[in-house]
Amino acid sequence: MSEPGRGPFQEFWRRFTANRFAVAALCIIVALFVLSVCASFLTPYDPDAIDAWHVLLPPSAAHFFGTDELGRDVFTRVVYGARVSLKVGFVAVGIAVAIGTVVGLVSGYYGGWVDTVLMRLVDIMLCFPTFFLILAVIAMLEPSIWYIMVIIGLTGWMGVARLVRAEVLSLKSRDFVSAARVLGASDRRIIFRHILPNALSPVLVSATLGVAGAILTESALSFLGIGVQPPTPSWGNILTSGKDYIEFAWWLSLFPGLAILVTVLSYNLVGEGIRDALDPRKQQ
Amino acid sequence: MANYLIKRIAMLFPLLLGITLITFTVIHLAPGEPVEMQTAMSPKVSAASRARLREFYGLDKPLHVQYLRWLGHLAHLDFGRSFAPDNRPVTDKIVERIPITLSLNVIALILEFGLAIPIGILAAVRRDSLLDRGISVFVFVGFAVPTFWLALLCMYFFGVKFSWLPISGIHSLGYEKFSAAGRVWDLAKHLVLPISIATFGSLAGLSRYMRSTMLEVLSQDYITTARAKGLQERVVIFKHALKNALLPVITLLGFSLPGLIGGSVIFETIFAIPGMGQLFYQGVMARDYPLVMGILVIGACLTLVGNLLADLCYAVADPRIRHGRS
Repeated sequence: MSEPGRGPFQEFWRRFTANRFAVAALCIIVALFVLSVCASFLTPYDPDAIDAWHVLLPPSAAHFFGTDELGRDVFTRVVYGARVSLKVGFVAVGIAVAIGTVVGLVSGYYGGWVDTVLMRLVDIMLCFPTFFLILAVIAMLEPSIWYIMVIIGLTGWMGVARLVRAEVLSLKSRDFVSAARVLGASDRRIIFRHILPNALSPVLVSATLGVAGAILTESALSFLGIGVQPPTPSWGNILTSGKDYIEFAWWLSLFPGLAILVTVLSYNLVGEGIRDALDPRKQQ
Repeated sequence: MANYLIKRIAMLFPLLLGITLITFTVIHLAPGEPVEMQTAMSPKVSAASRARLREFYGLDKPLHVQYLRWLGHLAHLDFGRSFAPDNRPVTDKIVERIPITLSLNVIALILEFGLAIPIGILAAVRRDSLLDRGISVFVFVGFAVPTFWLALLCMYFFGVKFSWLPISGIHSLGYEKFSAAGRVWDLAKHLVLPISIATFGSLAGLSRYMRSTMLEVLSQDYITTARAKGLQERVVIFKHALKNALLPVITLLGFSLPGLIGGSVIFETIFAIPGMGQLFYQGVMARDYPLVMGILVIGACLTLVGNLLADLCYAVADPRIRHGRS
């Protein structure tokens, strides 16, 4: 139950922080942000500096995660790789949420044939094995991180659209919306002022989980060699050399993979934490 | 039931049309053309022969003409000829790759449901126990682990370090000389890792889902009634709760197909399995339009069929659906 004198956000925050795992995960995500912003201060090495004398060295005090086939410091490359992952996660999900929210709002609010057409489009898009679709488009474009973000976003909005539509349908017939309409509010005002803010909480959960999904997709694309192009380090493309040198250098495979695992795990835990904190049925 | 079936099948046609339209648009809107790719390396190719090549592939026609032509062929299940040097019909190329990908995915799907359902039930019944927490940890790690990385680790441990399993391809050298049993054993050894990894990748989500539907059912009044009647817990769970908890899981059967098929690109590339995913990857790299479009359409249709089957199972299990009430 909410205590007097507390806003909804404080209430949400109190419930979110009661979940130890979610808080730990949030700390990891914040740490990753700091890490990727301050990457150049954290390590003495240049991520692209080739050093022919120190090729494929195992982890040591000088090179925490060892060195790769060109003598580059793997720790440095993993830290710089965090930048790519965070950028891809947020931009791709931003695009997906923007499209999904608009489609869901329009579809749910106007109903009728607009709704039918948009929801059939969602059905059709959901039929495609997403990874095939992404692969087909990415491989035909010039390799660029921006294309990757856009394409992941363009193929990931359907879930959000369905969520928002369902929220809108249930909000549309509520009294406060009818009241706004009777008072002469325009469609746009009703949609953006009254319905959207109330429909956003499930979107927040889905967006957080979406960041995790986008990071996984980007790393898979980079691993296949059509994502982020070397020499720019990304967790996926470090793993590509990990595969090539798997018989000699386990550290090339282990650390970037762990980085992906921990990051994705953190976003998932935070997403679950937000979901539980927003769920009125789960009062603590 | 018949009415329901007819309605569901009639709905497939607009979806199919939409699938072809999106496939065609996506492939043809991308800048650059296969002809440029093929001729870029040889500057001697004249403008005239480039034009001839475009004409040969039908790329000189306006887009809508190309689409209608392609659609007309599709109606006869003709996916056109591959742009690759072998110039074989796309249908042949795909048909020889489908069995391996489909059987891998179906085995993975069976294993996934066979494992996830008991795991989910166990976690729900022993809620908040040490076991449930252990399963939760496993589920969250399973959600987060990149499949290709898991594949790499398994290759390292089972293939390189201990040399227990082969790590690439589906046959050993000299496979033709093996006896029948030897061939099956050889195939099984090659497929253990890819199948386990494909299963593991989707196990987490499904068992989590099973747990939550089971918990929801267990909190309902009729379960309390059943317990109050003095029924054994075993009967309550397996006879009363399970049936209703399984219903929503059926629909997931259809939804998990696109994920599995999409994932096959990754593990077929890693393990060098000659399936549809690998073919698709090669096709995409070579800008083999007819091949890429063919696989996209077939992949989407497989999902469509999977969804239809799932809906039918649902209708069989739940009379409210087939009589049009919900």
